[in-house]
Amino acid sequence: MTQKEEKIMLSHGSGGRMMHHLIEDLFIRHFRNEILDEQTDAAILSTGSDEIAFTTDSFVIDPLFFPGGNIGKLAVCGTVNDLAVSGAEPLYLSVSFILEEGFPMNELEIIVASLSDEAKKAGVQIVTGDTKVVNKGKCDKLFINTAGIGRIRKENCSIGKALDIKPGDLILINGTIGDHGMAVMNARETFNFKTSVESDCACLNQLIREILDHSTVKFMRDPTRGGVATVLNELVDKIHLGIEIDESSLPLSHGVKAMCELLGFDPLHVANEGKVVIVASEPEGLKLLEAMKRNNLGLRSAIIGRVVSDHPGKVVLRNETGGRRIIDSLSGDQLPRIC
Amino acid sequence: MKYIDEYRKKELIISLSEKLKTVSKKEMVLMEVCGGHTMAIHRFGLLSLLPDNIRLISGPGCPVCVSSQHFIDMAMAYSKIPGVIITTYGDLIRVPGSTTSLEKERANGSDVRIVYSVLESLEIAKNNPGKNVVFLGIGFETTAPLTAAAILQAGEEKIPNFFVLSAHKVMPPVMKALVAEGVKIDGFIAPGHVSAITGTAIYDDLASVCRLGVVVSGFEPVDMMQAILMLADQIESGMPKVEVQYQRVVHIEGNKQARKILDTVFELRDDTWRGLGVIPKSGLKIREELAHFDAEKQFMVDVPESGEPKGCICGLILRGLKTPVDCPLFAKKCNPSEPVGACMVSGEGTCATYYKYRL
Repeated sequence: MTQKEEKIMLSHGSGGRMMHHLIEDLFIRHFRNEILDEQTDAAILSTGSDEIAFTTDSFVIDPLFFPGGNIGKLAVCGTVNDLAVSGAEPLYLSVSFILEEGFPMNELEIIVASLSDEAKKAGVQIVTGDTKVVNKGKCDKLFINTAGIGRIRKENCSIGKALDIKPGDLILINGTIGDHGMAVMNARETFNFKTSVESDCACLNQLIREILDHSTVKFMRDPTRGGVATVLNELVDKIHLGIEIDESSLPLSHGVKAMCELLGFDPLHVANEGKVVIVASEPEGLKLLEAMKRNNLGLRSAIIGRVVSDHPGKVVLRNETGGRRIIDSLSGDQLPRIC
Repeated sequence: MKYIDEYRKKELIISLSEKLKTVSKKEMVLMEVCGGHTMAIHRFGLLSLLPDNIRLISGPGCPVCVSSQHFIDMAMAYSKIPGVIITTYGDLIRVPGSTTSLEKERANGSDVRIVYSVLESLEIAKNNPGKNVVFLGIGFETTAPLTAAAILQAGEEKIPNFFVLSAHKVMPPVMKALVAEGVKIDGFIAPGHVSAITGTAIYDDLASVCRLGVVVSGFEPVDMMQAILMLADQIESGMPKVEVQYQRVVHIEGNKQARKILDTVFELRDDTWRGLGVIPKSGLKIREELAHFDAEKQFMVDVPESGEPKGCICGLILRGLKTPVDCPLFAKKCNPSEPVGACMVSGEGTCATYYKYRL
C-alpha cells in the first residue's frame, strides 16, 4: 500500500481495485502460504483421503432488512455460495454475532430464524458459534460472521483456479444482474423509487450441484461486491486472455435497468447475492444453459460473452451500436452522477 | 424501456450516420460542452459513425472538473471545523485538493456525507440541531435551482444550521470565453439539461455575433447523431442558428419558475474555473440578504491560493485544446483509483471517460 493511503477508507471495502490492493499488499503479504495464494472463494484443504473446502465471510449490511431478505439470510447464502462456487458441497456453518448494546431482541429473533430457515433449505447445519455484545456506539447494530466447511470431489478441486480456459469458451450467468445492490440501495437511501426490485439473495448450492452433475465447467465465481465486472477482471488477470461481453445479452430486470439509468450506475459493477458466473467450453456451455434454465434459480440464465485472444487482460463490452468500452474493476465506490 | 429504447435503435443511428456522411463535406470542429454528452459519445461508440471531416472536442461541462482547487481546499478546511457536517454529491469526495481529499478527511474523522439531493442536507440539519451542516453546492443551471430551493425552504422552516458553500456556475460566459480565447470551434452541441432551465436565448449571441451553430441535444445516441446532423446542415449552408434537438425536454423559454428561484437566491460574480482561470460573471453567489445561509460568510477559514497539480493538463483539456491521451500522466500516474486532476474523478470527466473507453 502506498504511504498516501495510510488510513482505511470506505473504498477499501467496496470490492474493487482498492480492496484488491489491500488484500494483495497487506493480508497476503503477511499470511502468505500455498493455499491462500490460490485466492479462491474457499480454501481447498487436503486431510489425507478426502478434500475439504473452508471459507469465511462477515456481514455488515445496512439496512439489516431489505426487500428480498435480511442480514441473517445473507449470512448463510454468502458462505454457502462461496463453498458452492468452489465446487464443494456445503455441510457445516459457524455463526458469530457482534451485537450492539440495546439491539431489539425481536429483530434479532427474526434474523436468527432467517438464518435457520435458509440453512435448512440449503441442507447445511449450523454447528458452532459465538456471541459478543459491545457498548452502544461501538458497532452499528449487528454484525455477523459465518464460516463454512464443505466436501469437495477431487475432479472439482480446480474450479476456482481457472485452469485450462481457452479462447472461444463461453461466459454464462444464471439470471439478472445487479438486483441485490439496487434493492439495498433503494432501501438505504432516500430515493423512494417505487420499484419492485428485490435482492436476489439465495443459496446456489443445489443449482450448482445440478450444473456439476450435468457438465464440465472450467471456472465459477459468485459476483458479489464489485459485481460481474470485478469477477471478470480478476479472471482475465489470471488467464492472460481477454473477455468480450455482449451488452444486449446481459439479463437485466426492468427496475434495475431504470435505477441504473437514472443514477448513472453500471449494472456490471452492482452487487449480486444469488448469481454465479461460469466459464465453460462452447459445447458444454450450450448444454449447461439448458440445464440451468430448468432450475428456479436459473430461469433467466444467459450466455453473456466469450473468452477471446484479443486484448489480453482486458474485459471489453460491445454494444449494439458498435461501441466498445473497457469494463474495469470498480475504482472506489460507485457514485451517482449529478447532472 | 420508454424514452430509452427508441433513442437507441441501431437502424435509426446508422441511417443518421449515413445521412451525415452525404450531407457533411466541410472540415468542422464541434464542441460537446456537457460531460454527459462526452460519456454518451464514447459509451455508444459514436465517433466511429462520424465522417472523417467532423471532429468532436470536449468542453468544460463537468461540474466536478471545473470546480477550482481553491474550492476543494475550502471544503477540506470546513470539514476540519469541529461540529461541521459536510454534505456533498458523491463525485466531489474523491477530488484531490492541494494536500488531501474529502474521502481521506472522512477517514481522519471528519463527518462527510454523500447526498443524492440537497434536500437531504436539510433533513440532516434538522436531525442534528447541535451541528452545522455545510452543503457543497456545485453544478450549473441544472443543480443550482435545487440548491436555491433548499435555501428558501431552510428559510421558511427556520433551520438555523444549514449552510451552502456555493461553487455554482453558469454556462454561457464560459462558452463565450472559449470562443474569445480563439479555441477553434465551428459549432456547439449545447447542454440539454442546462437549456431546460435557461431556455435557448442564452445562445443567441453565439449564433448571431460569433456566427457559430448551436444545437441543444439530448443524451441518447439518436439524439446526438441528429444534433450533429443538424449542426452539419447549418455549417454546410453557412447559416448558423440556435436549434433544439432535445424537444421532449427543452422549451425555448426554459423553466421560468426555476429561473425565478435562482434569481431570488443567487447573484452573478466573477468565478474561477479550474484550468480556465477567472471568468467574469460566471459564478453564482448567495445574495447578501440570505448571507446567513452562506458558509463563506459564516465560517472564516484561511485557505491559501493554490495552483494546478503538477504535470496535469486538465485546463487544456477543459478548453478543448488537448485530449487526455496528450497528457503524460494519463492512465499512468493519473487513473480512477489515484486521480491527479478532477477530470479523472467524475464519471463524466473527459479523462475518466477516455480511461474507461481507451481501446
